[in-house]
Amino acid sequence: MHQGQRGTEPATITNGYAQLAANVLARAKACGATEADIVVADGETFSVQVRVGTVDRLTKAREKRLGLRVFIGKRSATTSTSDFSQDSLERLVADTCTLAKAVVEDEVSGLPDGAQMATDQPSLDLYDETVLDTETQIDWAKRGEAAAFATDPRITNSEGAEFDSSSGRVVLANSHGFVGSYKSSNFSLSVSPIATESTTGAMQRDAWYEVQRKFARLASAESIGQEAAGRAVRRLGARKVATKRVPVVFDQDMAGSLLANLCGAISGYGLYKRASFLLDQLGQTIASDLMTVYDDGRMAGGLGSRPFDGEGLATRKNMIVERGVLRSYLLDTYSGRKLGLPSTGNASRSVGESPSVGPTNFYLVPGLKSAQEIIGSVKEGLYVTELIGFGINMVTGDYSRGASGFWIENGELAYPVEEITIAGNLKQMFKDIEVIGSDLVFRGRIASPTLKISELMVAGN
Amino acid sequence: MLEPVQLAKFGVTELEAQHALDRLNVRDVDYADLYFESRTSESVSMEEGIVKRAAKSISQGVGVRATAGEKTGFAYSDELTKKDLEIAADTARYIANSPQGASPVPVPTQRRPTRDLYPIERAKAEVATADRVALLNAIDAEARRYDPRIKNVMASFNTEYKVVAVATSDGTLVGDSQPLSRLQITCIAEDGDNRQVGSFGGGGRVGFEYYLEDNRHLSYAREAAREAILNLSAVDAPAGVMPVVLAGGWPGILLHEAIGHGLEADFNRKKTSAFSSLLGKRVASDVCTIVDDGTLPFRRGSLNMDDEGTPTSCTTLIEKGILRRYITDKLNARLMGIPLTGNGRRENYQSVVLPRMTNTFMLAGESDPQDIIRSVKKGLYAVSFGGGQVDITNGKFVFSASEAYLIEDGQITKPVKGATLIGSGPEILTKVSMVGHDLKLDNGIGTCGKDGQSVPVGVGLPTIKIDEITVGGTQR
Repeated sequence: MHQGQRGTEPATITNGYAQLAANVLARAKACGATEADIVVADGETFSVQVRVGTVDRLTKAREKRLGLRVFIGKRSATTSTSDFSQDSLERLVADTCTLAKAVVEDEVSGLPDGAQMATDQPSLDLYDETVLDTETQIDWAKRGEAAAFATDPRITNSEGAEFDSSSGRVVLANSHGFVGSYKSSNFSLSVSPIATESTTGAMQRDAWYEVQRKFARLASAESIGQEAAGRAVRRLGARKVATKRVPVVFDQDMAGSLLANLCGAISGYGLYKRASFLLDQLGQTIASDLMTVYDDGRMAGGLGSRPFDGEGLATRKNMIVERGVLRSYLLDTYSGRKLGLPSTGNASRSVGESPSVGPTNFYLVPGLKSAQEIIGSVKEGLYVTELIGFGINMVTGDYSRGASGFWIENGELAYPVEEITIAGNLKQMFKDIEVIGSDLVFRGRIASPTLKISELMVAGN
Repeated sequence: MLEPVQLAKFGVTELEAQHALDRLNVRDVDYADLYFESRTSESVSMEEGIVKRAAKSISQGVGVRATAGEKTGFAYSDELTKKDLEIAADTARYIANSPQGASPVPVPTQRRPTRDLYPIERAKAEVATADRVALLNAIDAEARRYDPRIKNVMASFNTEYKVVAVATSDGTLVGDSQPLSRLQITCIAEDGDNRQVGSFGGGGRVGFEYYLEDNRHLSYAREAAREAILNLSAVDAPAGVMPVVLAGGWPGILLHEAIGHGLEADFNRKKTSAFSSLLGKRVASDVCTIVDDGTLPFRRGSLNMDDEGTPTSCTTLIEKGILRRYITDKLNARLMGIPLTGNGRRENYQSVVLPRMTNTFMLAGESDPQDIIRSVKKGLYAVSFGGGQVDITNGKFVFSASEAYLIEDGQITKPVKGATLIGSGPEILTKVSMVGHDLKLDNGIGTCGKDGQSVPVGVGLPTIKIDEITVGGTQR
């Protein structure tokens, strides 16, 4: 621990949970556990929703939770509780050990080797101690929504604007003697206005949002509201188009959804279960040579950053795809052992569940073209700004989702479109990436610039 | 399971609950409630032929709410001391903007739900881990026996037991015990380089014996294996507008996405739903009558009472094609001046109440399912679906087939790969031209997401014919 730095713990609080964790670990050992780890998370959340100028909902809470995983030899079980009383924790330990004895031995199960545990815990700029009063947060939501209404007379209604702030801490300890801790915070504003077409009464909703670790980094409420309004208004008059095969340009968020699909396909759990369309592809070309992808767990202030992963291994920057060639999977200890590979530091852990794999800050390296230039390069095609539904088969890569956006004619956005689908196969889609934009912005844990796929089937009329 | 409400289970006295309600019930507050919840959930899962994982989670807490006009103040706590209740109450009443302690609330009268839709003793809902392990082992063996091309079987069995109590400022104190379980199976089939997936599952507010009756668990395993093997021979799905026949049961997810969400009262009060101005108007062909029914015994979407203590009911949403009712909770029913339907639901004590569906289905019609298929020259027959989603405001919805076939000259021919179907909620049911006499409810696997909250739901459908809908395949 680098005590005293921003983002690390005052010694007393960490020591409180560290002591609690030590007690639970000792108790587990007494019950027959050969190894164990424990996660304690607590936090405070505040949320206000404003709709048409007045407060619609105000929510405030504190919560805490403790998750325990024990190994009895090669058998394991996981439990969690929100009750930290001594009685409850004693029962929890006993229950966990009983459960573990009921399952079957699993050869590769166990904690990571003790030597692999993270030795440094940098602060990563994840925590902001700013405490906002209720009125300030209500004011942010009100200003965001008001800006949306003021942007265009066709904004006639609203699903509301929401301001959220939360902060919390995570403590992870295991029977190797590892104790790690970090604090983090989030501040976010989202605005969801509704635009109405005066002639037909048809409505369109859209939204814009921003999330930051630091309050001071949030864009102005006004700019978020204006962006949301612009997005809702531009959808008015949307129509279906005829079924045809065309080039498709994905805006930043939709391109990010394709990267999220890539994340799923290279997650160790999908791979060893043979439930991914990218089996045995390490070192192989899986995408266009324009595509280079990193996962960086230590980006300062990143929404996916953390000093150590869900098993206490140091996070790092991994090259995932290098000019189209798959260089690394996303692995934790268990899925790595199943595949005969070391963990990549991507264990993600929700309290009370055994680790799984998740991205940290997962992004596609930007190219040189602006979004406008990319659209300009399309004679006839689709610019996708929203995708709905779950029509993705991770085993085969088959892809079919509801879409809306704009029809491109001669390099210009001609008119909005909706009630259409786009379909293809992800294996081919990654290879068919023809242009990557320059507009990479981190709005979440997964980020991508605009990109263009040479051809997909668009189904409409 | 009906039991007298015992706040003592939560370490709270009735006097403390009443005191907290008093503190909430300031001048401008229309309504306030306390929702106590204790939840135990357990899961075991298997893959690669071994039961590897077991998990158990326990949570308990209280959600405290006050509403004033359209405003809701909400707080929750996992500590249930008098002090925590007071802090939560002060947060919740902040929205009313008025001083404390205007009028005392009536002393809560104990009330019991009037019926018991899931009379399962807690002991029967809690099964020894060894029995769960044996259940999953049998499933793995059955799926692999179905066909040697089944290379992996992933199965999980989850149970939950929830005890809730609701104390309200209108003077009621009512509780319920809500068991829930689900068995889910996914098979991976491989034939050379061709790998495919098939899934099946079921459950409800049922005891463990439900899964063993007539070897129901083994039939689920065979269904998952059958779908995976079938998909090995599936051809690419067509793209474009065509007639689609939906099989009965789970394809009722169409109703949930296309019209159910759009009829939830909150969206209609705010006039943000594509259905906002359509009450009394035609939104479906006259062969369509659709209900939301929370009163079906043992069903996944059923409840003795909703999470505001209102008994659930059977609400006719669409009667012979005409939109009749919205789905309501107390807040929206009051603000809109429309009937309370008992659909106020929340995921847990940490979530606010929203109007949500229970079991949503279309009543049986008069057509013979075989005649329905025979009436299609070229189209799609969809039997099973994955998830769906809807944009409430413009009404566009999607749902994705996981088992489907081509219909050619009135005959079911080749299986096709999954494809997304997309349509417009207020229009799609006007294109339903035939409704079968074979109403089927789903097996109990549905989970509905709204505002980040998940609640268990059911759907149902007879075989129906939709004259035209856009199918999102890849082939012209």
